[in-house]
Amino acid sequence: MSEKKTAWERMQLVHTSGRPTVRDYIPLIFTDFYEMHGDRFYGDDKAVMGGIARLDGRPVTIIAQVKGRDLNENKACNFAMPHPEGYRKALRLAKQAEKFHRPVICFIDTPGAFCGIAAEERGMGEAIAKNISEFMTLRTPVVSIILGEAGSGGALALGVCDELAMLENAQYSILSPRGFASILWKDASREKEASEIMRINAEDMVRLGVAEAIIEEPLGGAHNDLDKISENIKEYLSQKIPEKCQKDIDVLLKERYTKFRKIGEFIE
Amino acid sequence: MFEDFFNVVKKRFNDSDDEYKPPMFKCPRCQATNPLSKYEELHRVCPSCNYHGRLSARERIAITVDRESFKEFDADMKSGNPIDFPEYNEKQEQLRENTGLNDAVVTGTALIKGSPVVIGVMDSRYMMGSMGSVVGEKITRAFEYATKNNLPVVMFTAAGGARMQEGIVSLMQMAKTSGAVKFHSDSGGLYITVLTDPTTGGVTASFASLGDIIIAEPKVLIGFAGRRVIESTIKQRLPDDFQLAEFMFEKGFVDMIVERKKMRSVLSHLLKLHGFDKKEV
Ligand SMILES: [Zn+2]
Repeated sequence: MSEKKTAWERMQLVHTSGRPTVRDYIPLIFTDFYEMHGDRFYGDDKAVMGGIARLDGRPVTIIAQVKGRDLNENKACNFAMPHPEGYRKALRLAKQAEKFHRPVICFIDTPGAFCGIAAEERGMGEAIAKNISEFMTLRTPVVSIILGEAGSGGALALGVCDELAMLENAQYSILSPRGFASILWKDASREKEASEIMRINAEDMVRLGVAEAIIEEPLGGAHNDLDKISENIKEYLSQKIPEKCQKDIDVLLKERYTKFRKIGEFIE
Repeated sequence: MFEDFFNVVKKRFNDSDDEYKPPMFKCPRCQATNPLSKYEELHRVCPSCNYHGRLSARERIAITVDRESFKEFDADMKSGNPIDFPEYNEKQEQLRENTGLNDAVVTGTALIKGSPVVIGVMDSRYMMGSMGSVVGEKITRAFEYATKNNLPVVMFTAAGGARMQEGIVSLMQMAKTSGAVKFHSDSGGLYITVLTDPTTGGVTASFASLGDIIIAEPKVLIGFAGRRVIESTIKQRLPDDFQLAEFMFEKGFVDMIVERKKMRSVLSHLLKLHGFDKKEV
């Protein structure tokens, strides 16, 4: 286990070029991957990819936010910031998984849903809301893993699951520390301070009941040993997927709702 | 000479204007200035452009439900401080004093022209109507109560952003509330959303967008991303009508735009069309 890093250090680390993306992981974790395209309404959002593959021989559906490994790839996938059609593609594939009794594995890696005119015109709010509510009752197991950054509702749209795991240095936040500092303190340059105060690390997520597991990264971060980190992710999935598939689906759904239902702190 | 005379008159006019200057309302949509009393008389609707302004939760309930029919749920629920955010408790203490609210939503049961409903009304004066633990829990409970008692839900939404002081816990309220809405829907429950000014962010991306019927008030702001965030992303100014109710209606995300003065009767008709008739008392 590498030494514990501060939120700010982790933030730099998940933005390191060379940090593995879902495209690096898929061939090392799954076999027979077939990518599927399009939301059947509008288009094919390259920020979200999905398809069918085998995990230890078992058919599974994979849905993932895609980061580029260089500028050209990033331009093509819009820096992993999906449009509404990306979320609708995700939901289509999730429903397909439900129909064919395949568990769903979501890989989250996004700064957030894209903020733009077209995204609003095509109903970003509706698309995210629909995913959140439909995933809550999706009658097949769902396991999500945060690979790097998970920003806001754009991440949660792939994050309603039976169990959420985070790579050791991955972060989950309601908005970027920069946005946080600029709204709350009217000073975006205080983002480092914001990152520490916001509680966005994997350990915070486990403590708050948001995540259940932390997947260890190689010393210095995931980019230092792709084989090792892929092995760790696979090990986690190879244990969790059969475990969730064995459960009675009604029990699983009840537990899924309860997981979110109990998050919050109030006094009566 | 005439000019001088005019200036004298103008001066005098302005002087006297100063003396009786009535409080004015400047419309955030059309920028027109009208006497505040006129705006208030119209239940906060701009006399110039029909922009439907913000009401407090109590005011909204008063003009929507049958007199004395409202029974509040969880009136005393207050937020904890889940991520130990500095000065969050103090800030809330002050807001409670200023608004008379314990958080940004008021929920309960009521009658609308005799039809029983579970009603929720958000109040943007309380931390911009943002969704923290209390908003999430109260809305979730309201839907759970409605599911259990086969009641329809009418939700007036208003939210200007995330409850940043609750961090990720605030984000999770989107999942919690959307789950409760889904179970209510799966049980056959009717859910009517009324989008009021402003409905944005996480509330738009959760329960506000999940109504069987989605109504909006005229000229209110509806969207996911904030206007300034989009402008800074795309580096250009957005058209004035962007993200207004009429824009969202045009794009297919709103069923109808209903004026405040007709809201109660439209809601009543919709409830009756779904079989929620006057309850014999
Ligand atoms: Zn106006």
